[in-house]
Amino acid sequence: MALYSEKVMDHFRNPRNVGVIEDADGIGEVGNAKCGDIMKMYLKIEDEVIQDVKFETFGCGSAIASSSMATELIKGKPVSEAMKLTNQAVAEALDGLPDYKMHCSVLAEEAIQAALDDYKKKNSK
Amino acid sequence: MIYADNAATTRMSDAAIHTMTTVAQENYGNPSSLYGLGQRAKEILEKAREDIAAVIGASPREIIFTSGGSEADNQALLSAAEAGRRKGKKHLISTAFEHHAILHTLQKLEKEGFEVTLLDVHEDGIVRPEEVEAAIREDTCLVTVMYANNEIGTIQPIRRIGEICRRHGVLFHTDAVQAIGHIPVNVADDNIDMLSSSAHKFHGPKGVGFLYVKKGAPLFNLIEGGAQERGRRAGTENVPGIAAMATALTEINAKREKNAADLIPKRDRLIEGLKEIPHSALNGDAVCRLPGNVNFCFEGIEGESLLLLLDDKGIMASSGSACTSGALDPSHVLLAIGRVHDVAHGSLRLSIGEGITDEEIEEIIRSVKEVVAYLRGFSPIWRDLQSGKRKYIL
Repeated sequence: MALYSEKVMDHFRNPRNVGVIEDADGIGEVGNAKCGDIMKMYLKIEDEVIQDVKFETFGCGSAIASSSMATELIKGKPVSEAMKLTNQAVAEALDGLPDYKMHCSVLAEEAIQAALDDYKKKNSK
Repeated sequence: MIYADNAATTRMSDAAIHTMTTVAQENYGNPSSLYGLGQRAKEILEKAREDIAAVIGASPREIIFTSGGSEADNQALLSAAEAGRRKGKKHLISTAFEHHAILHTLQKLEKEGFEVTLLDVHEDGIVRPEEVEAAIREDTCLVTVMYANNEIGTIQPIRRIGEICRRHGVLFHTDAVQAIGHIPVNVADDNIDMLSSSAHKFHGPKGVGFLYVKKGAPLFNLIEGGAQERGRRAGTENVPGIAAMATALTEINAKREKNAADLIPKRDRLIEGLKEIPHSALNGDAVCRLPGNVNFCFEGIEGESLLLLLDDKGIMASSGSACTSGALDPSHVLLAIGRVHDVAHGSLRLSIGEGITDEEIEEIIRSVKEVVAYLRGFSPIWRDLQSGKRKYIL
């Protein structure tokens, strides 16, 4: 059996929503270089709906695939719904991750939540 | 397809495969049996022992067949420690970048009350003989230093370390798994008391190796049972594997100089080509290294994604990234030569072997350049490095 599912490999080889949003409404960065994974998410939000999302990731195949899948899962969704994104949802959408790679999906969830927190902080001012 | 992971394992040579299948089919007798078929197997076993001993300058009685390098390492260390314990000598000296077969055995001994000194391997990945000498104490029972490192390929000053150990009357073991068949090794000239080797690193089969133990050096059993290997390693001998190991070793030894002369310029071209990648660095000394080993760190990327994308391009290599092993920390070897975590995650080991062409070397260079640039293109670390928010390490 291969290390990763076909879905993981697809999102790793052809990551969706790669890049930056210059005038992002929310930016979240989690992880650290010491551990070998950093994810950065950029959100463009209008009327409480995620109009656009981009990511940058330093990490292994499953970290890149998890970032890509997480962006797909929240794109076009209301902020309230995106806030409910869980790492299990990311991992399931990828047809599973090896046990020792589950932290990649956790990181993706955290990066999205960090970007949403940033958006809320900016908007409450 | 380009196989550039010969330090992980090698393809068996045609001659070794031939020996293995022929012996398995025609000489299947148990070497301990009295009848002709058994005795013929015994002859094959002893001929293999002679051939292997001849290559490393040992006498046949000093060769013990094992299941591979790890078993040989375990038996050598545990034997030296047991002999030391009986004399009240419970100190061992080794290095920070040994193979885990050595390091984990040392950790086990530490739990049993032994004291271990791990020597620094410096930025060039080379142990200093004078530091070995300085570490030797009254109660030192063993010095174990690998002949060549499995990740960064650096060759250690084994002869000088051996000389020092002899002078101090301390037992000296070397894990020569990466060296045998690739660089000259002679146990007499190099003052080696014990040496571990594994067949699959020199185009022999997996699951077979040998331990050289100088006459008079202590040796205790790991595996109890029958009287095979003169009572020092029980279990019916893996005759086809052992015979194939001897074939592979004799074969590679005959062309060792030719192989090195062919591989070294290719290795150096690979190093030169990869150095053109900005913010990259060769790991380990450029000259004192195995003919086929190239190991780089690339800042701003992670090794596993690099390997997966190289695999898509038909290139097989390995990395010291944590993610490739399931561990949290990157390679202990890269950390030992002073690479910080951030860049150690972005490492690539290419270990080329006989038959690789100049075109393939250029293809590797092109592909690595492409993949590194692609991954840096969406790495937040690379963005921060480029914008000055983060300082370059390499």
